Parts: sequence; structure tokens; C-alpha cells
Amino acid sequence: MKSAVITFPGSNCDRDMHVALNKFGFKNQMVWHNDNELPKSDLVVLPGGFSYGDYLRCGSMASKSKIMQSVIKFAKSGGLVMGICNGFQILVESGLVPGVLLRNKYLEFICKNVFVKIDNKDNPYFKNLDKEVFEFHIAHNEGNYFCTNDQLKEIEDNNQVAIYYCNDNGKTEEKFNPNGSLKNIAGIFNKKKNVLGMMPHPERMIDKSLSGEDGSLFFKNLINNIK
Amino acid sequence: MEVNEQIAIDHGLKKEEYKKICDLLKRVPNFTELGIFSAMWNEHCSYKSSRLHLKKLPTSGKKVIQGPGENAGVIDIEDGDAIVFKIESHNHPSFIEPYQGAATGVGGIMRDVFTMGARPIANLNSIHFGSSQHKKTKNLLRGVVHGIGGYGNCMGVPTIAGQTSFDNSYNGNILVNAMTLGLVKKNKIFYSKAAGLNKPVIYVGSKTGRDGIHGASMASASFDEKIEEKKPTVQVGDPFTEKLLLEACLELMAGDSIIAIQDMGAAGLTSSSIEMASKGNLGIKLNLNKVPCRESKMTPYEIMLSESQERMLIVLENGKEDIAKKIFDKWDLDFAVIGRTTNSKNIELFYDEKKVASIPINTLVENSPMYDRKWKKTKLPKKNKYKKGNFNNLKIKDVLKKILSNPNIASKEWIWQQYDHTVMGDTIQKPGGDAGVVRVHGTNKAVAASVDSSATYCWAHPITGGKQVVAENWRNLISVGAKPIAITNCLNFGSPENENNMGEFVECVQGIGEACKYLNFPVVSGNVSFYNQTKDIGIKPTPSIGGVGLIKDYKKMITMQLKEINNVVLIIGKTEGHIDQSIFARIILDEKNGPPPEVNLFNEKNNGETILKLIDQDLVKSAHDISLGGMITAISKMCIKGNKGIRLNKSKNLINQVEYFFSEDQGRYLIEINPDNLKKVTKILNDNSVHYEELGIIIENDIIIDEKTKLTIDELKSYNTNWLENYMN
Repeated sequence: MKSAVITFPGSNCDRDMHVALNKFGFKNQMVWHNDNELPKSDLVVLPGGFSYGDYLRCGSMASKSKIMQSVIKFAKSGGLVMGICNGFQILVESGLVPGVLLRNKYLEFICKNVFVKIDNKDNPYFKNLDKEVFEFHIAHNEGNYFCTNDQLKEIEDNNQVAIYYCNDNGKTEEKFNPNGSLKNIAGIFNKKKNVLGMMPHPERMIDKSLSGEDGSLFFKNLINNIK
Repeated sequence: MEVNEQIAIDHGLKKEEYKKICDLLKRVPNFTELGIFSAMWNEHCSYKSSRLHLKKLPTSGKKVIQGPGENAGVIDIEDGDAIVFKIESHNHPSFIEPYQGAATGVGGIMRDVFTMGARPIANLNSIHFGSSQHKKTKNLLRGVVHGIGGYGNCMGVPTIAGQTSFDNSYNGNILVNAMTLGLVKKNKIFYSKAAGLNKPVIYVGSKTGRDGIHGASMASASFDEKIEEKKPTVQVGDPFTEKLLLEACLELMAGDSIIAIQDMGAAGLTSSSIEMASKGNLGIKLNLNKVPCRESKMTPYEIMLSESQERMLIVLENGKEDIAKKIFDKWDLDFAVIGRTTNSKNIELFYDEKKVASIPINTLVENSPMYDRKWKKTKLPKKNKYKKGNFNNLKIKDVLKKILSNPNIASKEWIWQQYDHTVMGDTIQKPGGDAGVVRVHGTNKAVAASVDSSATYCWAHPITGGKQVVAENWRNLISVGAKPIAITNCLNFGSPENENNMGEFVECVQGIGEACKYLNFPVVSGNVSFYNQTKDIGIKPTPSIGGVGLIKDYKKMITMQLKEINNVVLIIGKTEGHIDQSIFARIILDEKNGPPPEVNLFNEKNNGETILKLIDQDLVKSAHDISLGGMITAISKMCIKGNKGIRLNKSKNLINQVEYFFSEDQGRYLIEINPDNLKKVTKILNDNSVHYEELGIIIENDIIIDEKTKLTIDELKSYNTNWLENYMN
């Protein structure tokens, strides 16, 4: 399986994602933001970081990069595109998934483990996962998901919420929401569910010496689903 | 402008220094030249008050590849790998403008590290604030934490450990010390020594603006009521540009184009160009019209003294300009050939085709002033005599509550949660432990780092305090299973012109030197920050020690959380019951006098090395060193982290309970052992003449102190974990 990770100026989780994808069997290529064409890929990843320093708005300048034309085309043709953290911000800025990401409710950067609930499994990312509550890691300043009421209705009607913040029992109450996100939303799909944007970093949880191993479950399952 | 003595004094130079400049030049310097002298001769760049004493520190060893004198120190971690590291202060700017001051401190130290060809792999910091009751403290703390996070997070370098303290003596002068570790291949280290004639001198990175002009001079003066006027001397950081600069430099360094490279830190273009030429025993000429400027009509004086951030100066091989330019273009960074190396041994500056300055480089470097300042010895204070009666009314539970929720002991999670500590995917020990640990990417090795200071001990008796900080740092590395290799130091003191402050400096350095020598723990880099004072009042002497150690097999790393019920906890090292200068003495007895705990270097070394033997044989389940707050604080933290309790034994020693629990005797650790291995462990301890005692047995949920005193882990947590968050919100 081939994957591609895009490096924007200011990306800083591109290497981590490259390491994780290769570890679980992808043949990954790094792609420069100024390139025109995506290499042939089964999965394209927009990694975390501070593309263009997060100046103007997080993800907004990166969404206008040259390579994004190809990424958008790839997504529209049904290709799998995953945006993590800053990658999620780039996805919302380029209109591939609905909504916006505001500054965290308490106005502070948060780096810690959180529990998330994944019960939306009719999609290539989460199909066949055999549990619902995962311990993932977040590290962001602007992960406070927001959208209009109309958008929210559409998102919910289409079952587009991918991941919720919750506690270790899967309860999605406000008090388990680290950043003020609407409805505890931590990740979201496009309508066709081939594009996934999420704040947590599964690539930081790929062996037991790190923050945990739930990221491994995610990646192993993902490559099996794509095969 | 015609230069005269008064203008020189306004530049922070002394009368006699100005005279020396005129004598060396055999003429009066022009305004630009005076600016250059003032930048090179201030305390921050010249180390004029400290050089004499720093020479006494041990700086070499089998593992030392590069000691002090370069952008950072370098140590060997085997297999062709090396670690580049350094700590640096950014105290004055952080007090004036906490966000930018702290941010550019972090940016500056990372630049020092990647200038040498190393990719930064970990950041640490040591930050010190005034009393938690002081009106400025909260805002300063918030600003500094946001600044450190803002810069480090954007760079994608994990912040893995740190230290935060609160003390009245920092009310008017906070301390912000930032440390970075980088990883490099031993045969790809870059230095700042220029070589070869007529080689192109390249400017890369951000444009030069008017920010930070005379920043280094500001850092060399005391604060007074006019500090607000100094805001324009604080630099403004742009971590995004620094991230691009890092990637571009490392890309260029992969080839063979670079002869020498130096970042533009304190005193900007002035010190970087002069240092490269000086080390290569060469001259340098620069055409200042070629320097990329952010603002129009900048004068040669402003261009030379600007401390705009994210800039580098490189001496390239001839003919490599195009290759280099291509890389910097790719990363959208400025690139300009601004000069050449020469054989004149002068720095010559041209502007609008006129020569605007010409100074022999040796007058700026070798002939810079060096002072043997007057200093005063500190006598060892007399021990206080505590009678049993002093403690009779104390309830251990209440005392423990006060200590665990004291600002200097309370958990700093509110701070380090704002730092990205997991990016790069190799952080195997997060902040909050004895030391931060990152794997050496793609290998089985890991590097541990810790930063420590004990201003109270140093204030009470500088020699002992100096020794103690090094010893504590050593213990923190041992506690995670790392073999300590070397340190970097950031020496924060009051005015060297005050003989008490100077005495504190001299004797702390003496103590640091003695401990480093004994422990074979050399100093490979560092920085001195004097004039940390407001008006006449200096801070408590605060040397920060940043130590680095190696774990050969990262799977053997140790953490402090208690692991298993029924395991035995041992106290390693003898408890003598030293109460003076402990946190117990200060906050419970309100006793500020007396000597700090004695440091026995033989015991430190022997205890530490024996624990490493135990760890190597997989006999240690968890470990934690005993420091501030004594044994009971240490075990409480192990309980909190591991979510387990302990039933404490009665001490076999004859000292009373309070001394047993709260004394801060040095050279001690707590280690957790499986009962099946107890005999094996005690044999090794006995064979190595290490003193130990059985502290207790791990149980669920409670810490049982005696028949009458019992606390739940949740209680301990509520004391320790919530203080800072409640305080800040």
C-alpha cells in the first residue's frame, strides 16, 4: 500500500507520520508542498505542525499551496485523505470537511492523553475496529471545533462525526471535552467518508514506550481496510 | 556624531574602558566602532567579570568532544552519535516582555544547537518567579509559559523537563533559562572557526530590523524604575522562520559547502562576524548595503547592533554560492553574500562605498577587559539546635499537606501540559519525572536530561550550594537509569560589582567545580547572567545545572511511579536529620538561618553508581531521588504517580519522626524492589558499602505513616496537583 505525506513549510509531524505509516506496512513518500502532482497513493496524509506559522489562520495559507489542487482532486475522486491536527485545520480551510477550528476554550495549548469514542465504523478508516473507546494523544492550540446549526444538522444527518472526546467509559459529556469543541467533536468526515480530519495524533502512540499503543490499533486496522 | 567619553558611558562602558579603546586604536573610535566595542566588551559577550573564575571548572573528559567556547558543548554517546547541548539565560528581556523574552530565549538556544549541525531533539527550561503573592507573578508566569510553548511547539521540538520556583528574591527580576539538546553524527559537527582567504561570507534567515538593538548591553545592566523604556530592546521571535532556517541549514550541512557557521545571537552581526574571524585568525570585510533589511535607511550602527532573530552567518567554500542559494530559496529565506574573509586581521565595514569602520579584531576579543573583582567569602552558618519540643505540636498530616501544596513542591502539570512534549515520537519519559528522556531516533539508546537549581542552599552557603546542585542533577539522571555524562550551566547572579554577589558567584563556581571534578561530570557549555537585581538588591544566587546522561538500552529506563503491591521500598543513603534550610524549616518553623545540608561527594558517587548497577541487573522497579521536602515528599510523589500506597516502617535510626520525614540530607534515593530480589539487592548494597533502610511495603490506596496517621492517595493528589491550576485560574 502506498501513502504520501505532504510537507508544508512549518509542518513538524511529517517525520512522525512517515515513521508510523512505514512501521505498519505502508510504503510512504514525502511530498513537497510546491510540487504539482501527487505520486500514485492509496492514502494521502496532511500532517500536524504549524504550516506557515499558523499566521493569518491555522491552515489557511497551506490550503492554497500548489499541491492542494491535486489533493482536492484526489479527494473528490474518492481517494483517502486524512488530516491530523494542523492537517485537519488545512482540510477545513480548503473546504474538504465542514466547520472551523477555533482557539481552545481556555486559550492554552494542550498536550495530553485523552479518551475518544469511535462508534462510526461504516467507513474505510474505522471499519473492523473491535473497540469503541481509545486513548489518543492531543497537542494543539486551535482544536475547538465549531460549525453553524445548519451545518451541524447536515453533519449529524449524514453521520459525519468521526470521533468524540469522552471518558474512559465512553461517556461524551462536556466535562471530558478538553478544548470546548461543539458536541465534543474531535474528528469529522466529509460526506463520502473518504476524507477524515481529526485533532488527535495516532502517530504518537505507536509503541508501548510512548504515550500508549492505541495508535497502533488504528494504523494496523487502516492498512488492512485499504488492502 | 562625534564620540566622547559621555557617549561611551551611555553605551555602558566605563571611563577606563573607553580610554583603553582609544589607546588600542590610537585614535577616537567613530560612532559605529564605539557601538561595536560596547557590544563586544559588555559583560554578556566578554565574560569580563567571570572569565577568571570559569577557567577553574573541569571541562574535559573522555566523552567530551567540544567543551566551552563554541556555540554549544558536544559529548560522545557512542556509535558515531553525539549530543550537542547548552543552556542560556534570557532573564532581563523576559521580565520586561515575558512572552517575547521567553520565546526568543528558546529560539536562541535552539539556534546555538543547530548551528553545530545537530537537529534539536529536546528542550528544557528552568524558570524562577517572585513570590506567588506578588502582583506581577501571575502575569509573568503566564507570559513566560506561553512564550516557551509558543516557540518550542511551533519548532516541533519536545519540551521534556524543567524546573519552576517561586521566591521573593525574584520579585523584581525573574529568571528564564532555556536548554536544548541536539543530535548529530560525530563526523558532521560544524564549528564557528573561519578558514581560508577571500571566502564568501553569507547572510541567511530573517531580515535585519531595528529590534533588539543593544539587547546584550541591556542584559549587562541592573534594572531601575525606567525598565519600561527598555521594551524596544527586546527582540521579537518568529518560530516559523526559525523552523525554515533549521531545515534549510540542515539541508545545506548535508553537503560540503560550509567552512564555518555562527548564529547571530547576542550582539547580532557584530559578534558573529568577529567570532568567526577571530577563531580563524583572519580579517573580515562586510558590505552593509548587502545586508537584507526589514526597514529602510538603517544605519551601519543599527545593522551591526540589531538583535533581530532567526539569522545566521556562514563562511562558504568558493563556488558553492549557487548550491546554497537554491536551498535557501526553496525555504523562502533571505540569502545574501555580504562579505569576504581577508588577511587584514581587521573587521572592515563598508556602506555606500565608504569605509565606515575598521577595527583590529584582537582588540575586540583578546584585549577585551578582564576583571579580578573583589569578593567576599561566606562563612558556614551555625547549625540551629532543634529541641524535640519544637516539633511536639506538629501533626505530620498537616505539615505534609502544607509542604505538598507549597508552590515550590506542587505539581507543575499546568505548565508542562502547555508544552508539546511528545512531538518527534521519541519521548519515553515526560515532564514530571526526575529527568526527561528521549530515544535516539531509530536506535535502542536514549538520552536523559534534567535541569536543577537550589538557590536557597546557594544563598546560605555558596560552596555547599554549588556542590549540591550538581549532585542533585546527577541523582536525577541516575534515578531514570542514565549514566551521567556532562553538564551545561547557567549562572544567574546579582551585580559582580557588589562584593557579596561576586563572592556568591566565585564560591558557587568553586562548589560546582569540585562536584563536577569528583563525579567526572564536566562542564561543556554554559552562560553567565550577572546584574540580576533591581536597584541594589540581587537575587539569591541561582546556578542552573543542566545535565545529560545516556541510557544504553531504553527499555531499562526507570520511572518514579510505584509499580506493584507488596514490593519493598528502600531508602538508599543515610538520613542524618538535617533540617536547616529545608522547606520544612522555612515554611513550618519559619527558620531562615543555618547551613544547607552537607554534600558528601564520596557517598553521592558511590550511591549513584551502585544504583546504576542494580538497574542494570533489572533489580529496580521504580526510583526517585530525595530532595526538596525530604523523604516523605519523595514517597508521596511516587505514590501519587503510581496510584498506590505504602505502609511505612518505624525508622531504626534514633532520630525523631520529623527529622526522619522532612530532613533534606543529600545523597539519598528511594528505590522499589521485588521482595524476591531483596537479598540479592541488599548484598550488592552491602558489598558496595551503601547505607540503606527498609522504608516500607507498597499497599493499595493509603499512605500509612503510623498507627494514628493515614492519608489516602486522593488526599495527597488534591494537595499536590491542584495548587498551580487554582492559582492561575
